[in-house]
Amino acid sequence: MLLKKKLLALAAVITISGTVLSACGGASSDNGSKKSESKFKVGMVTDTGGVDDKSFNQSAWEGLTTFAKDNKLSAGKANSEVRYLQSNQASDHIPNLNQLVHQNFNLVFATGFTMVEDISKVSSQNPNSQLAIIDSVVTGKDKKPLKNVANITFKEQQGSFLVGVVAGLSTKTNKIGFVGGINSALIKKFENGFKAGVKSVNPKAEIYAQYAGAFDAPDKGQTIASTLYGKGADIIYQSAGATGNGVFTEAKSEKKDGKKVWVIGVDRDQYDQGLPEDVTLTSMVKRVDKAVYDVSKRTKDGDFPGGEVLEYGLKENGVGIAPSTQHLSKDILNKVNDYKQKIIDGSITVPSTDKEYKTFLSTLK
Amino acid sequence: MTKILKNSNWFNIVVPMIAVLLGLLVGAIIMLLTGYNPILAYQSILESVFLQPYYTGETIRAIIPLILTGLAVAFAFRTGLFNIGVEGQLLVGWFSAVAVSIMFSGLPKLILLPLAILVSALAGGLWGFIPGLLKARLKVHEVIITIMMNYVALYTTNYLIKHFLYAEGEKTPNIPESASLASTLLSNISQGSRLHWGIIVALLAAVFVWFLLWRTTKGYELRAVGYNPHASRYAGMNVNNNIVLSMVISGALAGVAGSMEGLGTYQYMMINSTFIGIGFNGIAVALLGMNTSIGVIIGATLFAILQTGSITMQSTAGVPTEIVSIIIAVIIFFIGSSYIIRWCLLRLTKGGK
Repeated sequence: MLLKKKLLALAAVITISGTVLSACGGASSDNGSKKSESKFKVGMVTDTGGVDDKSFNQSAWEGLTTFAKDNKLSAGKANSEVRYLQSNQASDHIPNLNQLVHQNFNLVFATGFTMVEDISKVSSQNPNSQLAIIDSVVTGKDKKPLKNVANITFKEQQGSFLVGVVAGLSTKTNKIGFVGGINSALIKKFENGFKAGVKSVNPKAEIYAQYAGAFDAPDKGQTIASTLYGKGADIIYQSAGATGNGVFTEAKSEKKDGKKVWVIGVDRDQYDQGLPEDVTLTSMVKRVDKAVYDVSKRTKDGDFPGGEVLEYGLKENGVGIAPSTQHLSKDILNKVNDYKQKIIDGSITVPSTDKEYKTFLSTLK
Repeated sequence: MTKILKNSNWFNIVVPMIAVLLGLLVGAIIMLLTGYNPILAYQSILESVFLQPYYTGETIRAIIPLILTGLAVAFAFRTGLFNIGVEGQLLVGWFSAVAVSIMFSGLPKLILLPLAILVSALAGGLWGFIPGLLKARLKVHEVIITIMMNYVALYTTNYLIKHFLYAEGEKTPNIPESASLASTLLSNISQGSRLHWGIIVALLAAVFVWFLLWRTTKGYELRAVGYNPHASRYAGMNVNNNIVLSMVISGALAGVAGSMEGLGTYQYMMINSTFIGIGFNGIAVALLGMNTSIGVIIGATLFAILQTGSITMQSTAGVPTEIVSIIIAVIIFFIGSSYIIRWCLLRLTKGGK
């Protein structure tokens, strides 16, 4: 029967392709299986942003890859000692964390405050695991930090204060904008620190703060930036993840039209992002990479900071002003250094909430 | 042989199976082209899902909402309606279930748990009622309305959480134990997975849909409207009422899917910056399951396996999760083009005559 022949041919094709596939498979799985059990293993689980988000997750992953290089560990491949797992949706957080814990990773990072609940669940199910969370503090029922979780937080308000000083001194129109991602306690730290910095050096300056409601909406960032520049602001500080990329787009097109506008970058040194129109005045860097590196190193040396709340501020070089400062005059840089010193020695306490900002304003007068 | 092939029931089973196989094959080719090992990848899926209790548990957990959203899409489809709004109906159901259980946390479990699920069905039903009514009375196309209602649902629930039920970490507080579907027993036998009792709810819903559609007069009416609204009207059926009813039931099923996430998987609702996708996957599950209850269960299982598998594929074979999304998309593509598969099969068998 012809049909039988055709079916036979089909079966043959499937078998052959199967053999070819498995042959390829055999070759590459050999490379992967060479691993020693004794090596230190550290992994991270990202939220949906992934490690190429040009911001937070990327910075954390850079920290881990540097750590891998310094300790001669392999990174980024299946069976590497240093690895990341990306979450496609929020329900993937726990399985991803568990995956690394089950594979006996010595340390597992969760990047982002959206994973607080997930970490506390994984931590209670695996009391012997060593976990770390960035940007949040995970507490147990007794309101104390969990013993097997290291909590990494940043004093973003301090770094934001310094770029606020820069903005307050650099503005020509005395109008300054702030674009936030999602209106949350975390981004409020950026906003209030920034406003406090501006007001400290330029009490007359007006500050417009606006939130896009999303970290992944460059179009909204661009619209808001256009509105703020339209109102006369000449500097915008953005703390909005990918939404902030829209602020850069708008600033570039304004600058092409001959207007003198600036953007202050966030998280990483965003000087390059302002090119070729050169619109980045400076950036507030948040050294997630450094924090991740430090905690990995401490854990490797047998000093896992479980149950501790690590706060990275100006003093620890965890936040600060970006190294690209070519647009800032000597005077401004000196002023910035003065304030930096004052914050470090404690004579200025930078506000992080709306309430603290109000009290701060009243002390200025 | 030809006789069997001509039988449409047989086709209904074979065509999705071929679509899935082709999807996996194309997925393997993509993996080869991008330098990953497909054998290792698929092997890691099977090993984790079938041999490691934790991932088995997580897979069954992922099946639960997919069955319900799949049923929701399938149900509306039987009445000739394309409910793209399952995602939004799921979100309002999720929120309502969580809100009710937090507000009435004093009630005993026997009352609170069914109440929370019921309210989620009502909320989802309401979200389906609006497009149903607009379709029936004003002939507004349900696809457009339901898509828009998704956005309304997403941002409304976000607003409500932010202003009325906010807890640290961009989410609601956790629901009380008395409203939870979580089970220590199920969790323990699956090495600590989040498997919960919602699987029973989902299976009951599948039976309910089958019974309603195929064993009652109302179900016959609903299907008749789907086949041919004009003939149904001529036969004396109230087409408009059936359209509204179908959308309400579809929405209610989606709402219950939301309560499964709220009361089972997460025990809270987070502020979602984008859609979570379970509703949209429900469309694919319904297509794969040929809009039958049993088919939806099988389709949901396949999707859940791929979903859990994407996690182990990523960690054991290093395959990025995006590849799994591509495989799912390819499977849907082949199901969508089932006509081609059907034609090929017929060509193949004609030779045997």
